[in-house]
Amino acid sequence: MQAKTTRDSRRNPVRLALFAAALALGAPAMADDDDDNRRAPMSPAYVEECGACHVAFPPELLSRRSWNAVVDGLAEHFGTDASLDAQALATVRDYLDAYAGRRSTDGANGKPLLRITDTRWFQREHRAGEHGLRADTFKRAEVGSAANCGACHRGAADGSYAEREIRVPAPGVRANITAQGRTQ
Amino acid sequence: MKAKTTLGGAMLMLASLAATAAQPADFLARFEREARQADGAFAASPARGEAWFQARHGREWSCSTCHTPDPAGRGKHAVTGKPIEPMAPVANPERLTSDRSVDKWFRRNCRDVVGRECTPAEKADVIAYLMRVGS
Ligand code: HEC
Repeated sequence: MQAKTTRDSRRNPVRLALFAAALALGAPAMADDDDDNRRAPMSPAYVEECGACHVAFPPELLSRRSWNAVVDGLAEHFGTDASLDAQALATVRDYLDAYAGRRSTDGANGKPLLRITDTRWFQREHRAGEHGLRADTFKRAEVGSAANCGACHRGAADGSYAEREIRVPAPGVRANITAQGRTQ
Repeated sequence: MKAKTTLGGAMLMLASLAATAAQPADFLARFEREARQADGAFAASPARGEAWFQARHGREWSCSTCHTPDPAGRGKHAVTGKPIEPMAPVANPERLTSDRSVDKWFRRNCRDVVGRECTPAEKADVIAYLMRVGS
């Protein structure tokens, strides 16, 4: 079904080298890194139900335990009512269950994290200095919040986060926001 | 693999169920009819709908916070910053054409903005307003 599409690590020599080095060192193979995970097929139902207020986040970025906690709390979802009818809820839960990340995304207190942006993986990949990110990048008007993936990842609406598609907008520029402005 | 295929099929079915065709005028008629059960003389008012859409109702957000004061323009989600396509049918022909979508979003957005579900009268007024935009 979902052919393992070309990963960046194959194209980007620096990442490839890092990956090889990690393997050689016997490091835990960057298992919670984006390059390692299965890539879930984007489902129309998931995009419809979970891709209106934010992009339909890649399901592999949270564990099954985290997604279950998110789905259980949709009536109060980060300050908004995101409740679903029973049928849609079951479909979304099944999808997330099937494609959740295999790594734990529990927080230090042992409870499942609810925000992708709180995971170690996200914070490492988006620290100041990476890809021209700065401490205030996520607060800029052109970005809005760290949940607005499409502000920089131009393929986010289609579930694509390839390195070559990243464009961090310069202050005052709105151009890239349109990339994910599509509704489903 | 088999389980995934079945899952995919179920999702496609769900997606096509969501696409029940309707027209904006159908929603206006439906909410007016419902409102008349409480007030036999009720008639939807675009002006009332506009004022209501732009105002806050005891909480942090108005409808226009996410949908912008001009429903023919593109909005922006108050929490995430994600763009929201225009709400007025004149600017976005997909709007007010699906029962499922209209009911779902009125339920959620009214709870966020008003702290309760909207009355049929409020919904009729908002729809009358959105239909009038740009005409
Ligand atoms: C927190 C942000 C937010 C607020 C506040 C908000 N909405 Fe929405 N609304 C959305 C989003 C997101 C959608 C789905 C967007 C999409 O389908 O592209 C939506 C969709 C809708 C739809 C569905 C249209 C259709 O045909 O599918 C209606 C109707 C609607 N909103 C009305 C309102 C009303 C009335 C208010 C005020 C009571 C309101 N909204 C306040 C975010 C918001």
